Amino acid sequence: MKLTINGETVENIKAQTVSELLAELNIVQGRVAVEVNLSVIKRAEHEAFQLKDGDVVEIVNFVGGG
Amino acid sequence: MEDTFIIRGIEFKSRLWVGTGKYKDFDETRRAIEASGADVVTVAVRRTNITDRKSENLLDFIDPKKYKILPNTAGCYNVADALRYSRLAREAGISDLIKLEVIGDEKTLFPDNIGLLEATEILAKEGFIVLPYTTDDPVMAKRLVDAGAAAVMPLAAPIGSGLGIRNPYNLKIILEQATVPIIVDAGVGTASDVAIAMELGCDAVLLNTAIAGAKDPIMMAMAMKHGVLAGRMAYKAGRIGKKLYATASSPFEGML
Repeated sequence: MKLTINGETVENIKAQTVSELLAELNIVQGRVAVEVNLSVIKRAEHEAFQLKDGDVVEIVNFVGGG
Repeated sequence: MEDTFIIRGIEFKSRLWVGTGKYKDFDETRRAIEASGADVVTVAVRRTNITDRKSENLLDFIDPKKYKILPNTAGCYNVADALRYSRLAREAGISDLIKLEVIGDEKTLFPDNIGLLEATEILAKEGFIVLPYTTDDPVMAKRLVDAGAAAVMPLAAPIGSGLGIRNPYNLKIILEQATVPIIVDAGVGTASDVAIAMELGCDAVLLNTAIAGAKDPIMMAMAMKHGVLAGRMAYKAGRIGKKLYATASSPFEGML
């Protein structure tokens, strides 16, 4: 399926859930927050949350800041 | 001598809080924070690099078990963005703490206090422990507390300016009426600036550029640690009053 992840269009995503997407992108689950179509998806819901074609996904983490 | 303070049941051991931005690398960040003795570090929320997964993560260097992580909403210019970043920050982190910034002007990075007030109220209702970054306005400080702020963070001067405490009298008024901890945030340049903030009676000081931008950030971190301690102790010790004329320190008695 095709998703927009962090502002970029990414095609041929095999993952069906948020958990699977993070695994596919090699991202450690515990350190990021995920938003799908402007709603935050809680960590406990990552496994169950089904993605669909065209979803807009944001994956964020902490960086240096003041 | 333990000298802690509490925000919504969370005990803070250090009165110096530091940011993690603008350092050369994560190792320098780690060493500077360690040297500062801070137990609170601020972080920003940004997009994860999804193409280069080898890039290092800040939390590999700053142990969240050792430090309280205080995410900010830096770069947010409206209420909707500030709420969005806050909610993501809570999900990425481990606590309800949020250093709330709603910026109103690019050149000064002064807060948009109207948006700040609105965002504070919404986030406080959602269970966040809201620490709003605001101007040194006593009326605004009161309004923020009424809206649910757990502490108030008035600026000393514009972010990164290093101008120091520009309005100690306003800070004094804010402190006099305060019912929550007051943490000076932004604009300090050197150790004497943080000492002044602490001598006024502020509960803590948050800074970033003054350490990260110094020629020797590690030494400046130590200087800031001592500045905070010196200012805090002077505040608690109670300074002498200022007078126009001299009072001799040596006795007249026994003079020839």
